[in-house]
Amino acid sequence: MQRNPQLNEKGELQHLLSIEGLPREILLQILDTAESFAGVTEREVKKVPLLRGKSVFNLFFEPSTRTRTTFEIAAKRLSADVINLNITVSSATKGESLLDTVANLSAMQADIFVVRHESSGAPFLIARHVKPHEHVINAGDGRHSHPTQGLLDLFTIRHYKKDFSGLTVAIVGDVLHSRVARSLIHGLTTLGAPEVRVIGPQTLLPAGVEALGVRVFHDMREGLADCDVVVMLRLQSERMRGALLPSAQEYFKHYGLTADKLALAKRDAIVMHPGPMNRGVEIDSTVADGPHSVILPQVTFGIAVRMAVMSIVAGN
Amino acid sequence: MRLHIKNARVIDPASGKDGAGELFIADGKISKEISKADRVIDAKGLVLAPGFIDLAARLREPGYEYKATLESEMEAAVAGGVTSLACPPDTDPPLDEPGLVDMLRRRAKALARARVYPIGALTVKLAGEGLTEMGQLTDAGCVAFSQANAPLPDTQVLWRALQYAATFGYPVWLRAEDAWLAKAGVAHDGEIATRLGLPGIPAFAETIALATIIELVRATGARVHICRLSSAGAVDLIRRAKEEKLPVTCDVGVHHAHLCDLDLGYFDPNCRLEPPLRSQRDRDALARALAEGVVDCLCSDHTPVDEDGKHRPFSQAEPGATGLELLLPLTLKWGQAQKLSLAATLARITSEPARVLGIASGRLAAGAPADVVIFDPAASFTVAAASLRSQGKNTPFLGYELAGRVRCTIVDGKVVYES
Repeated sequence: MQRNPQLNEKGELQHLLSIEGLPREILLQILDTAESFAGVTEREVKKVPLLRGKSVFNLFFEPSTRTRTTFEIAAKRLSADVINLNITVSSATKGESLLDTVANLSAMQADIFVVRHESSGAPFLIARHVKPHEHVINAGDGRHSHPTQGLLDLFTIRHYKKDFSGLTVAIVGDVLHSRVARSLIHGLTTLGAPEVRVIGPQTLLPAGVEALGVRVFHDMREGLADCDVVVMLRLQSERMRGALLPSAQEYFKHYGLTADKLALAKRDAIVMHPGPMNRGVEIDSTVADGPHSVILPQVTFGIAVRMAVMSIVAGN
Repeated sequence: MRLHIKNARVIDPASGKDGAGELFIADGKISKEISKADRVIDAKGLVLAPGFIDLAARLREPGYEYKATLESEMEAAVAGGVTSLACPPDTDPPLDEPGLVDMLRRRAKALARARVYPIGALTVKLAGEGLTEMGQLTDAGCVAFSQANAPLPDTQVLWRALQYAATFGYPVWLRAEDAWLAKAGVAHDGEIATRLGLPGIPAFAETIALATIIELVRATGARVHICRLSSAGAVDLIRRAKEEKLPVTCDVGVHHAHLCDLDLGYFDPNCRLEPPLRSQRDRDALARALAEGVVDCLCSDHTPVDEDGKHRPFSQAEPGATGLELLLPLTLKWGQAQKLSLAATLARITSEPARVLGIASGRLAAGAPADVVIFDPAASFTVAAASLRSQGKNTPFLGYELAGRVRCTIVDGKVVYES
């Protein structure tokens, strides 16, 4: 097995490609750094000069609003120059290869590539081919990984629960297609959360998911019992094709988060969702907007976490 | 040309012979003795064996000359000690017309390197619908019929194809994979694919298809060779079919005898293969079954892919690996791990594939075609892209230290490679 491609020879974070394989110390360094940036985002002048003169290329091969925007805000708050490229409507459609696109942008003096791609592993391919001073941050690759989302989820959990050591966390829904779930599972197991559960029908749970260190539940009520954290996953409407599910209505009946199901979790449980939400499909509005929901703070924390990641990789 | 090879360790897997000896070659045939040799080759410290027979080597012609040419791949074959090879029909256009087969054979013959045995397409354009003109393709030189890696989801067509082939005794070579279950998958459906977020192909995609094929063999009596087994479950089905004396043989590719899904590492596109690399348990079962003879042959499944085809995210990377030049060292490595004699090891790439193909080479008997190889089983080397003659540099074994180098390859009594 090769060296972990996201770490340099000194074991420091060169690229952020996946939470899997990152040591606990690096995860905590990112969370602590994000903590220090959380203050910046509340100041009147929301800028620090850490990345002044650096260029951040947002390379989105797959559409995204929230993630791209928060990366842009984070980069600007670090005083970087941000270039947004929506590749789905440019080179890729003209047949240019992924590596050619990256080589061309690299020739325009990039420092950080923020990459989203529909294929699992694409950021690893890019990271293998960029110049030594360039950094790659994975903003979501296929079903594989979405490390900054995972980190902002960890940040949110730590913010409300202070510590991972006694927590029971349930991740509910389409784990099969979810890079968010994979990233969060690796983060939680690395930081020592004693019980991580995944809840869903067999059709939406990947083969051998137990090997990731999770307990599998098919019955949502059983799975939610005594949870501290409930993470709802987005259900894409295309899952109704391909015979994974009969209908959104039936999915909501079994796996939608309603107030009465949430009542089975701990009284101070928090409810998270990576967005965008499908109200009435995976989550009921009363819960999404209710007192347990920390869905909007997640978005805010996402900026500080992305600032932390960019400043750390740029410094290594 | 009369050749006399002396001082060799002569190994003939067909007869089990292994000992110091010499070999005479005259008029393209292995000979009991000759009066006067034109050339004497001293093979001191080297092994002399029948040339290797590879049941799956893609030469990429016609249609994919940018990936590899007949010239480059035939050089690679003889450099790897491969003197006969079967090439699958998945060229562009596929080998579904006698003219194409004829041309391929002529081109190969003109190059005078390894012998080429084309496998004809089982269905027109490999589309899985209409049958090809198997009789005319056989006349043109096809030794069997196959879908290569193209799906054949319609079991009615598969049944008819096997009935028709059985009528005339044409062998059918099939890879067992349920097209629906394999749809869009790129890796073994298990823990590793789950970690990497890659769409999976379950092992039962193979066993379900294989059970169907075995039932159809039972019904039609067709002679079927199953290509590139990948799972432990498939080994069990083959074992039972053979106990029942059904006319079934099978092979495994060198990659599946050595590697498993763990080797995907961080999305190594060289491990993007068809069928996918499966679990360690599957790999171990395949390697053992090959030693026991449940799996008959080991093949390179040589598939040259250019850089553009591999410099892509894993699921978009073109499947396949180059293998002709690694067949010998990887076979030796497998045989050593299974604690087999050198003769038993080499049987899997000489006498056994000869039996599957029904050809006279693959043994050192007097009168047999003079296709032989002289190699140094101990010479080790590091696999590097630059040292491969094949135009395909794509192999998961890059950087591996392997033992076994070919020193001389003789086809039809002529020296076609020396190093």
